[in-house]
Amino acid sequence: MSVRITIDGKEYKAGDGATLVDVAADNGVYIPTLCYKRGKPCLGTCRTCSVRVNGNVMAACTVPVADGMEVEVNEPEVANMRKMLVELLFSEGNHNCPSCEKSGRCELQAVGYELEMMVSRFPYRFPVRPREHAAKHIWLERDRCIFCQRCVQFIRDRETGQKIFSIDHRGSHASIEIDVKLADRMPPEQVREAARLCPVGCILEKGVGYDQPIGKRKFEIKSIRERALERERQ
Amino acid sequence: MNKSVKQKTASHELPATQLDPSVRAARDEKIQVAMIGLCGCWGCTLSFLDMDETLLRLLEKVNITRSSLTDVKRIPHRCAIGFVEGGIANDENIETLEHFRENCDILISVGACAVWGGVPAMRNVVPLEECFREAYLDVPTAEPGTEPLIPYHPDIPRITTKVYPCHEVVKMDYFIPGCPPDGAAIFKVLDDLVNGREVGLPKSINRYD
Repeated sequence: MSVRITIDGKEYKAGDGATLVDVAADNGVYIPTLCYKRGKPCLGTCRTCSVRVNGNVMAACTVPVADGMEVEVNEPEVANMRKMLVELLFSEGNHNCPSCEKSGRCELQAVGYELEMMVSRFPYRFPVRPREHAAKHIWLERDRCIFCQRCVQFIRDRETGQKIFSIDHRGSHASIEIDVKLADRMPPEQVREAARLCPVGCILEKGVGYDQPIGKRKFEIKSIRERALERERQ
Repeated sequence: MNKSVKQKTASHELPATQLDPSVRAARDEKIQVAMIGLCGCWGCTLSFLDMDETLLRLLEKVNITRSSLTDVKRIPHRCAIGFVEGGIANDENIETLEHFRENCDILISVGACAVWGGVPAMRNVVPLEECFREAYLDVPTAEPGTEPLIPYHPDIPRITTKVYPCHEVVKMDYFIPGCPPDGAAIFKVLDDLVNGREVGLPKSINRYD
């Protein structure tokens, strides 16, 4: 069954129950996302896709469309809210792009560009979070983690289905953890998948880095907006 | 003899050849710009030169007063624009930045160091004592036979416990991220300001690395 919704005053047709962020992308309206990955179940952790639905602010990746829904995406107040959320992420961790292996392939950085962020309006916190080197093929730069939980949910031991990554503690004490025994059983392509899935430079594969020249990196070839609007699935 | 006696004459007070009055007048009519590098690597100033020939277009409207390029060490008169590279890592940086704020109408944070601390801010996750120990006491390149020493003298600026972005010390009006920002990005912002347009940095030239 198809329903009618309006986005920023323009009417669109959509499949009943389809996810709002996908419906918007299919109709050429870009909503930035960090935790959401098209084709995978919604996590709803980062809130970067916040839009106004019938007057209430909601994360667009968590909203199934329904008939008559009125959505505001580019209305200045809600757009500023999204930008604020991204600025918060930048000040909450240590996002030192010049020294990061993920630069140019980093979704947080790419979304920062899309939202035309120049500086964070919040004080930079410079948290001290020790790196995790124990696993053989993978290491964690913990101060870059944005707690999106993509790795927690989508990277699992291929035999047992057990989670390999987890988040310990809460709030400002939260910390991304790795089960070293399970991590050492990960085949090389799964290690690469985990590093690629991480929207920031937290999960990294040992032995590689800076392997793509500046100007030829993922989001320099094609921006995150273009990729989102082209229904890119990975 | 007390070595810390202040020098009586600063370099800008020394006698200098007077500029030709017509050159002076032409310069005075232009928009005055002062530039400074605080705790950074001067890479952003080099990136400023990367504007190449567009720099000439800019210089038709702009006069650069204090800067490392002109070797003028004081802001000679009130400036419209202050170009600030580098973050805040010692008390001299604070003093200089405050001097710029007082003498410039508009201040621009240029580059990662000015915008959020940049590479020098990597020491913010290490206690200052440990930084000093690594740099001066346990340093592997120390001259053999010398006594390890942390330099301390009234003439040496005192280091701040953490590195701060410029806007946490004084109000900054515009920001150009990048390490360093592209010459085109610096030109875009300066050109907007000089021509009285609203300043914008399109995402095609906005870079954080």
